[in-house]
Amino acid sequence: MKLFNLRGGVHPEGRKDLSADISVRVLPLPKYLFVPLQQHIGAPATPVVNVGDHVLKGQLIAAAQGAVSSSIHAPTSGVITALGDHAAPHPSGLPVPTITLESDGNETWVKTETVADPFVLSAEEIAARVASAGIVGLGGATFPAALKLNLSRNSGVQTLIMNGGECEPYLTCDDRIMRERALEIVEGIRLIALAVAAKEVLVGIEDNKPEAIAAMQSAAKGSEVKVVSMPSMYPMGSEKQIIQVLTGKEIPAGGRPADIGVLVHNVATAFAVQQAIRYGRPLLSRIVTVSGGAIKAACNVEALVGTPVQELIEFAGGYSQPATRLVLGGPMMGQQFTNTSVPVVKGTSGVLALTSKEIGQAEASPCIRCSTCVRACPVGLLPLEMAAHIRTSNLAGAVTLGLKDCISCGSCSYVCPAHIPLVHYFNYAKGDLATQERAKLKQEATKKLAEARNERIARIERERAEAAAKRKAARAAKEAAAKEAAAKAEVV
Amino acid sequence: MIAALTSLTILGVVLGLILGVAARVFRVEGNKLAEEVLGILPGSQCGQCGFPGCAGAAQALAEGRAPVTLCPPGGRAVVLALAAKLGKDADMADVKESVPMIADVKEEICIGCTRCFKVCPTDAIMGAAQQIHSVFREACTACGKCEEVCPTESIKLQPIPVTLQSWYWHKPLAGNTL
Repeated sequence: MKLFNLRGGVHPEGRKDLSADISVRVLPLPKYLFVPLQQHIGAPATPVVNVGDHVLKGQLIAAAQGAVSSSIHAPTSGVITALGDHAAPHPSGLPVPTITLESDGNETWVKTETVADPFVLSAEEIAARVASAGIVGLGGATFPAALKLNLSRNSGVQTLIMNGGECEPYLTCDDRIMRERALEIVEGIRLIALAVAAKEVLVGIEDNKPEAIAAMQSAAKGSEVKVVSMPSMYPMGSEKQIIQVLTGKEIPAGGRPADIGVLVHNVATAFAVQQAIRYGRPLLSRIVTVSGGAIKAACNVEALVGTPVQELIEFAGGYSQPATRLVLGGPMMGQQFTNTSVPVVKGTSGVLALTSKEIGQAEASPCIRCSTCVRACPVGLLPLEMAAHIRTSNLAGAVTLGLKDCISCGSCSYVCPAHIPLVHYFNYAKGDLATQERAKLKQEATKKLAEARNERIARIERERAEAAAKRKAARAAKEAAAKEAAAKAEVV
Repeated sequence: MIAALTSLTILGVVLGLILGVAARVFRVEGNKLAEEVLGILPGSQCGQCGFPGCAGAAQALAEGRAPVTLCPPGGRAVVLALAAKLGKDADMADVKESVPMIADVKEEICIGCTRCFKVCPTDAIMGAAQQIHSVFREACTACGKCEEVCPTESIKLQPIPVTLQSWYWHKPLAGNTL
């Protein structure tokens, strides 16, 4: 199959060999699970259980609310011990609403509905089951999968692309799932294809994963699913980039894949979809890569959602040397964190403990305008110019240069010889712009409220005056009538 | 009698016509700029700027009698919008709002007097007599009117708590690097 060229990109050292050749092991059941209500893009789920309730594995504990949301299920059987705050798996470490579950150790499943032949289900039925299983994009963006299916079906998607790129260094969770569960993944892919009526199904896998490509190819034999080997490059696993490489089409600025008739899902999401449709099992666990130079025995573990990260690190033998930085996800786009009691969530692809040597952090020095970042940018932006604007607080100038098209991949920061934290500038600017946008929306809303209130007060005053006038008239009429009656009585 | 009636009617009609035409021809245009500026201001008529409501402030801004940083509830966004509209440099040093604020009710000492929600310009407070009042965060502009009337100091402006949705990376502390 002909592949298309990609602009920019970098070739960081993979370091996937640390964990790639060890099969996935299931993490022992932790005593306490901390399940955040928000593990997806959109509105947080609403708890449907109370403290003290006994729940079964797979039972719904928080229901989706609003248009963009996802439901959350009990990862194991046990007792709900708290509905409160727990540190978020996020660089801010802020407390977020979390359900705490004490496991009873029995792993008693709730009654699940198995489907003998899932391919007789209708597209709507598949999407509904995916929604009720609480499946979100497992590549890291955590967009509710069912919503994406429905949107894509309604807009008429031609091509379904399954993302097995896994271009982030260290991470091997998708590699392992493709090697070990290829048959299930292919079935999941075919179910997704059925749900969106896709005409073409492509699985893009980077060529640094030959075993995964072989496993997927043999599993896909005889089906419409086509496995494609792509050159290894960062950020090949980014949605926009994988579409460009496989189809040659580019998503318009501010657009979505559906605009050009493409739907992209991660391969691990396909596995979750297969489990949900065939066995009625909601998304309760995921494969997480525990790696990094500071980890004693890097590996992939299947961990329940809500498992404290500390347990994963301990399972991997703990630290072999001091970890200078802890990262959730990959080293390029992952989130740093400091508190190891934060839980694994649906979007956690990796837990990395990196040494100071691996980080290679250096003091930033002045920009020499070498434009290495311009060559590295996969979107074709001018990182040095954008950062210069942001440094002088000219966010509007950065937006004109295409800040909103930046995918925050970090390629520019990675190659910058002056160690300027370019992507940090862009993330800051995006956050600041979003805050300004929210403030503007709020101001518009409050303005309407103020106007409505003024109108209401005027109306009430008017009505009061009218009522008073009416009363006065009535009183006058009454008095007049009384006077007349008195006069009559006198005459008589 | 008839002559008097006719002459007065004609006089009335003619004068009325003249007045009507004059009103159209010699109409005094309102200050367009002031109207546009009014569109930028929050419209909650809180009076914190010292002008009688947002319309008065807009008039003053349009005439250049007031700085673009006059509106505390509008915050940084309004300052920037005003500066762009009026072609002035926004001196952010004058913007006191270092952290955005919001009204918050201390429920233990709220006596349910209803005074705060009667003065709230955006109906952001919910409550009834003898009931604990509560603030709709999405509607509060932090104008501070409620704080002034509260007899028990139960309602106070607090910094808006940072959430996962509103948190973002701080600006890099770079010196002379670009």
